[in-house]
Amino acid sequence: MTGRLVRLAEASRPKVSFTFDGAVLTGLEGDSVLTAILMSRGALRQAEFGPEQRSGFCLMGACQDCWIWQSDGARLRACSTQLQAGMRLQSAAPDKWPVGDDAP
Amino acid sequence: MTRVLIVGAGPAGIRAAQRLVTAGLHPVVVDEGARAGGQIYRRPPEGFTRPPQTLYGSEADKALELHRCFDRMLDAGQLTYHPRSSVLALGAQGAQVLGPDGVDTLAYDKLILATGATDRLAPVPGWQSAGVYSLGATQIALKSQGVALGRRMVLAGSGPLLTLVASQLRKAGAQVVAVLDTAPLTTQAAGAFGMALARPRVTLRGAALRAGLGRSYHAGVTLTRIAMNSTGPVAIHWQDARGRDHMTPCDMVGLGWHLRAETHLADLAGVSMAWDKVFHQWLPLTDAMGRAAAGVYLAGDGMRILGADGAELAGKIAASACLQDLGVPAPDTERDLKELRRMQRFASAMQRAFPWPAQMVRDLPADTVLCRCEAISVGDLRTTLSLSGPEANRAKSLSRVGMGRCQGRYCQLAGAEVLAAEAGVPVDKIGRLRSQPPVRPAPISAYLDKGPDARAK
Repeated sequence: MTGRLVRLAEASRPKVSFTFDGAVLTGLEGDSVLTAILMSRGALRQAEFGPEQRSGFCLMGACQDCWIWQSDGARLRACSTQLQAGMRLQSAAPDKWPVGDDAP
Repeated sequence: MTRVLIVGAGPAGIRAAQRLVTAGLHPVVVDEGARAGGQIYRRPPEGFTRPPQTLYGSEADKALELHRCFDRMLDAGQLTYHPRSSVLALGAQGAQVLGPDGVDTLAYDKLILATGATDRLAPVPGWQSAGVYSLGATQIALKSQGVALGRRMVLAGSGPLLTLVASQLRKAGAQVVAVLDTAPLTTQAAGAFGMALARPRVTLRGAALRAGLGRSYHAGVTLTRIAMNSTGPVAIHWQDARGRDHMTPCDMVGLGWHLRAETHLADLAGVSMAWDKVFHQWLPLTDAMGRAAAGVYLAGDGMRILGADGAELAGKIAASACLQDLGVPAPDTERDLKELRRMQRFASAMQRAFPWPAQMVRDLPADTVLCRCEAISVGDLRTTLSLSGPEANRAKSLSRVGMGRCQGRYCQLAGAEVLAAEAGVPVDKIGRLRSQPPVRPAPISAYLDKGPDARAK
């Protein structure tokens, strides 16, 4: 699906590349991770207790609906994390946790 | 020097800091935002270019003045500032703070809590879907990111934010196809009189924004359900004031009924709470100046939902109380207290105008998701009553409503309403969820030793 969000302003910032579930996506400098992903996708993750998808809810760090993961296993709150170039993000926790020498 | 910790850098926290700095103290300010300002005067990230008039409308001068006030103190080294940081717990050693580099303990002698508020939510069948957001979220997305959260948006709920966000989105070029207010025109008329008496200009400004919404605005609405497919909302079903059914296609729904004071830290600090009939929620008990417990002061929407102007006043007043208790000469607060009482009259009338939709919540179908975090239904909670009795904490233990990631912030009031209806008791008799530390989820890694090489490969 195409993105859920629509840019209404501030669209002339420099582009920033990152990956989400392996796909290369592009956001803008100053985007939150949530904004950047939802410009290209409809959701951030699958709900773990129901059939629906989730795309954040409060956007102020209170509801914790927008948790996603970095490829090293670290969890982040997409609404309050600023996008960084080269971020490798995924909608679910890594199924194999890094251990031993692989640990971050 | 006396250590004063201020939690929150919105209007209340910034004004409290200013008064302490003026008196010669050096406060420590912890705030979750990346830049000070709070939510309503939230600042976009560096590099964004929309002027304050576009971001804050009629409140642009106030927002700018507040931001400058904070930046001046920061640049002059008059306070210590911890942005992107959350207070997780309060204990004998101080406040446990989660920041970008992990968890630290900040000791303090006096604590000023200016923790603000979040949206007050009522469940609507289908609200668990991606693409359903709070009204506050809808405004934050526009203000701090310049985005609309959908292509065909419906805003629903009640309270001042409903009209304001709809107007701001329209002005910015978003498509808002319907604004559905659950407050009937009768209560709105009754409340508007008191609002106009207390703050005529603000009331007129609200009425003008409302008029600008034209025929997309509907009062006295009952929200029936949000229809969704696998990717998000496709329509909202609702009944108008005369009971006729409507269906409005949309791909986004924004929901909110005023605000709910963020009181978790006040609770951990030992502040007493009481059910407030006017604001229809549990609120901390304080004296007129915000004294709430030994060495603990409250200010802003985390104490009473009075909005940004009230929060600035309350911040100054709480700081004066703190200075008085330290034996430091403090500015007189008589005029500010009088102004604050006017804000209180306005806010009370506004609550009458745009009430909590108690009946709608009581009538929710059993399969409605009540707890968004863990998909616990209204029916699940009703079934719990025979085991738990009509008490919020026991019902939480048995049903898990209030135990998920949001820690009850978005389900507590609706859950109490459902239990009260089922048990046939007033909603305040259900009690309130005890706050549990950490009041924000914290990763285990944040507690690991932060020695220079501890986290290196």
